[in-house]
Amino acid sequence: MTGLTLRSSRPPEADPGRWRRLSDDWSAERQTFRGASWRKAMMWIFLLSDTFVFGCFLLAYMTVRMSTTVPWPNPSEVFALEIGGRQLPLILIAIMTFVLISSSGTMAMAVAFGYRRDRTRTALLMLATAILGATFVGMQAFEWTKLIHEGVRPWGNPWGADQFGSTFFMITGFHGTHVSIGVIVLLVIARKVWRGDFDHGQRGFFTSQPGRYENVEIAGLYWHFVDLVWVFIFALFYLW
Amino acid sequence: MATQAGHAETHGHSIRLYLLVWGWLFVLSACSYLVDYFHLTGLLRWSLILLFMIVKAGLIVGIFMHMAWERLALIYAILVPPAALLVFVAIMTFEASYTLLTRLAFFGGT
Repeated sequence: MTGLTLRSSRPPEADPGRWRRLSDDWSAERQTFRGASWRKAMMWIFLLSDTFVFGCFLLAYMTVRMSTTVPWPNPSEVFALEIGGRQLPLILIAIMTFVLISSSGTMAMAVAFGYRRDRTRTALLMLATAILGATFVGMQAFEWTKLIHEGVRPWGNPWGADQFGSTFFMITGFHGTHVSIGVIVLLVIARKVWRGDFDHGQRGFFTSQPGRYENVEIAGLYWHFVDLVWVFIFALFYLW
Repeated sequence: MATQAGHAETHGHSIRLYLLVWGWLFVLSACSYLVDYFHLTGLLRWSLILLFMIVKAGLIVGIFMHMAWERLALIYAILVPPAALLVFVAIMTFEASYTLLTRLAFFGGT
C-alpha cells in the first residue's frame, strides 16, 4: 500500500529525458521502479530468476552436446511425424510453437480488454489462452509417450549420444511444468475476472488483498515468459 | 487505483498492434521451421535460427510484455543481468572444447 502512495505522488514535471530518469530512479532514496507496481516489479524479478534457471539448463545442454564424442541424434528426424503417408520433419514441434504463440496473442488481448474493464471479453480470452496452453501440454505428453515408446531414456537412446535423453526430458519437462502452472493460474484469475472480483474489490482467498485488473497483466507476464522460453528451446534444442 | 487503470490506456495499447505482432510471430516461426524443412546447413542455418529467435524474443518482451513502455530503471534491471549468461556461455564453450579434446586424446574418440 505504501508503494501506491509513493507512486502517485509523481509531480507533473517536464520530461527530463530517459537517462536522467534512470539515474534519478536508482539514486533517489525511495522505490526504484516507479512506473511499475510492487506486484509487477516482483513478477519481473521472479521471471529474471527463472531466466537463469532455463539459461543454465540450456547451457548444460550446450556443454554436453559440445563435449560428447558420439554424434548427436538429428532432432529433425527424431521429432518427425508421418502424416498422410508423408514424413514431415519437426511437424509436431512446429504446431506446438504455433499453439503457444497463439495463446500469447490471446493473452495480450485479454490484458488490453482487462484495462478497458471489459469483464466478459477478458475472461473469455483468458479461457482461450488456458485451453491453448492445455493443448500444448497435451501435445507434449503425446511427444513424450512416442519417444519413450521408441526407447528414449534419460540414460540412453537408439540414435546417438546418451545425453540427448537427459537434456530433452529435463528441459521440456521443466518447460511443460511451467505451462501447466500457468494454465492453473490463468483459470484462477479468469474466474475472478468473470465473477467481477476486480470490479468490487473482493479480497483474494490467499492474500486477503483486493485484486485489480493489473493481476491479469501480471499473469500475462508469466504466460508470455513461458512462450519466450519456448522460443529459445525451439531454436536451440529442436532446430540446432 | 485510478492511476493503475489509466496506466495502460495512456499508452494506447490497441488490439491491432497485438494482432500485428501475433502475425509477425507466426511468420517468423514459419521461417525458422522452413530453415529446417529445406535442410539449410552450416553458418547460414544457425545465423538464421539465431536471428529469428532474437527477433521473436524481442517482439514478445517488448510488445506483449509491455517492456517498451516501462521506465529504463526496470528495463535495465531485467535485461542487463542475463548478459551474465553470455559470459557463462563463453566459459562453458572453452570447458566443453577441453573436455572433448581430452576425451579424444585418452579414449580415442569412442
